[in-house]
Amino acid sequence: MTAEYHVPDNALEVREVHKSFGGVQALKGVSFSILKGEVVGLLGDNGAGKSTLVRCISGVHPQDKGEILINGQEVDIKSPQDARDQGIETVFQDLAVIPNFDVSKNLFLNREILSSNPILKFFGWLNHKEMSRQSEIALKRLNSRIPSFREEIKNLSGGQRQAVSIARAVNWGADIVIMDEPTAALGVEQAAQVNNLIKLISSQGISVLLISHNIQHVMEVCHRAVVLRHGRAAANVRIEDITPDDLVGLITGAKRAA
Amino acid sequence: MTFLSETRSPVFHKILNREYFVYYALILVIAFFAVVLSETAFLSTPNFMNIIRQTTPITVMAVGMTFALAVGHIDLSVGSVVALSALVCGLLVDVVPWPVAVFAGLSSGLLVGLINGVLTEWLKVSSLLITLGSMGVISGVARVLTNLESIPITNDSFTYIFGSGSFGPVSVMFIWTLLALILGWIFLSKTRFGSHLLAVGGNPTASRALGINVVKVKITAMVIAGGAAAMAGMLYAGRLHGARYSLGEADLLTVIAAVAIGGTSLFGGRASVAGAVVGSWLMGVINNGLILWGFSTNEQIIARGLILIVAVAIGVKEDRR
Ligand SMILES: Nc1ncnc2c1ncn2[C@@H]1O[C@H](COP(=O)(O)OP(=O)(O)OP(=O)(O)O)[C@@H](O)[C@H]1O
Ligand SMILES: [Mg+2]
Repeated sequence: MTAEYHVPDNALEVREVHKSFGGVQALKGVSFSILKGEVVGLLGDNGAGKSTLVRCISGVHPQDKGEILINGQEVDIKSPQDARDQGIETVFQDLAVIPNFDVSKNLFLNREILSSNPILKFFGWLNHKEMSRQSEIALKRLNSRIPSFREEIKNLSGGQRQAVSIARAVNWGADIVIMDEPTAALGVEQAAQVNNLIKLISSQGISVLLISHNIQHVMEVCHRAVVLRHGRAAANVRIEDITPDDLVGLITGAKRAA
Repeated sequence: MTFLSETRSPVFHKILNREYFVYYALILVIAFFAVVLSETAFLSTPNFMNIIRQTTPITVMAVGMTFALAVGHIDLSVGSVVALSALVCGLLVDVVPWPVAVFAGLSSGLLVGLINGVLTEWLKVSSLLITLGSMGVISGVARVLTNLESIPITNDSFTYIFGSGSFGPVSVMFIWTLLALILGWIFLSKTRFGSHLLAVGGNPTASRALGINVVKVKITAMVIAGGAAAMAGMLYAGRLHGARYSLGEADLLTVIAAVAIGGTSLFGGRASVAGAVVGSWLMGVINNGLILWGFSTNEQIIARGLILIVAVAIGVKEDRR
């Protein structure tokens, strides 16, 4: 196998990504890839470099060295907007929604649909009707249990709010959704809803990179797990080939990858 | 329990909605004074037009303040900007064509708003403190500018357009009020810009993550508040045929009370332009009623303070929900 070999349906590939903060080498050459529609768990102990890696991919801070490839093409991601333009959306743990806005306004925040009238458009006149219509379709697509696109976010549960964040990512045409501990702030029932949603969007061909400390969730929704240790990918295993205990062993370093 | 939840039907819930509170309050207050002051001309069209005439500068400031509050800021300098802009305009109106004087007056307010906004972002401190400081600086400048003298304004076009004119029984002030209401409402509720203002006020971190330029939005809101205060300065100067350092001095409390009672959160993310306008009318009606009843300015100040406290009490309950 040569270095030029490409797996054709790799949605995302990172190669030898390095990142340092002053003297701290957070990432020391991380490589892995995600297939189209695959859910990959990114695991590792506190400080292993998970968030740092995700921030490189989502454009919050560029890597020092190494490449990021989308559909086999090397891309230059310098800002969150670059990442979005490449079809990468990030769902944050801390529920990035606007409490006083309804679902529809949240789904379209900073991607508003404007009036088709050129004069009104010039003044940024919103086309509420079209946004509502599309919100309804988006919610249907995710079988979400959200009562209505008109509901204000503050009246929704944490799980429903996270569902809105995920719907927003999907609705904006993401091919790859990165989630940094999306269930960390949620209860059991609500986390289960989010996990179901992850399975659903994966079945629709969207790739998911899921950061989680919850082994049970990873075993349940992921196809594969990448374990980071001290800034390197210490293991890259298929979920069906591993037990939860071994996964924990890989994270803590008690066990080495085969 | 079931009985209770059944009585709280959606319709019932809607009627009790916080948004409508200010309308009920206005109706109640008018009804109250109509009874108490039945011997006077309180309940008459000329008196209501008079209230609008008196209140319009407050209304305009309240609409501007709504934008500042929407992003989670507050602008304490609005009263001092009223004096500054009126004086700038008054000093120039006989020297240059009056529209230029108006432009200069309005620009002074926009500039103060810009400085307030930039300093707040740059120093990363509360706009409360920055505008408290600029309020002091600007009132001082306004005093120095004319040595505490009043400046008479005799330009008829200016005074007619900015407050003294009327079309039959309808004062131009009424038109300015409508303009403030419609422009403010459109920008806050109908445009992308307004949506971003409220988003930034509701959750700045999320707004930033979604690519909104939070700093720009927050500065713009302060510029609008400053510009509106300057506009109020024009309206005072036009109505009173002159400018004086003390214009707007006592308006800050009235403006904040009007906006707060109208349903705008004092902590950002929830705002109502229509509520601010109706809130300013409520303040105007209360002032007018108290005067007709024979009370002094002192009681009016007490009334304003009480209203602000009531508004804050209701608003905080809503925000904690
Ligand atoms: N902005 C930064 N400046 C300096 N050091 C940083 C910065 N971000 C991360 N680091 C360092 O890089 C290393 C990896 O941190 P990172 O946040 O990526 O870990 P993580 O795997 O996400 O941990 P956790 O599970 O606690 O979220 C840590 O040593 C951390 O202190
Ligand atoms: Mg992290």
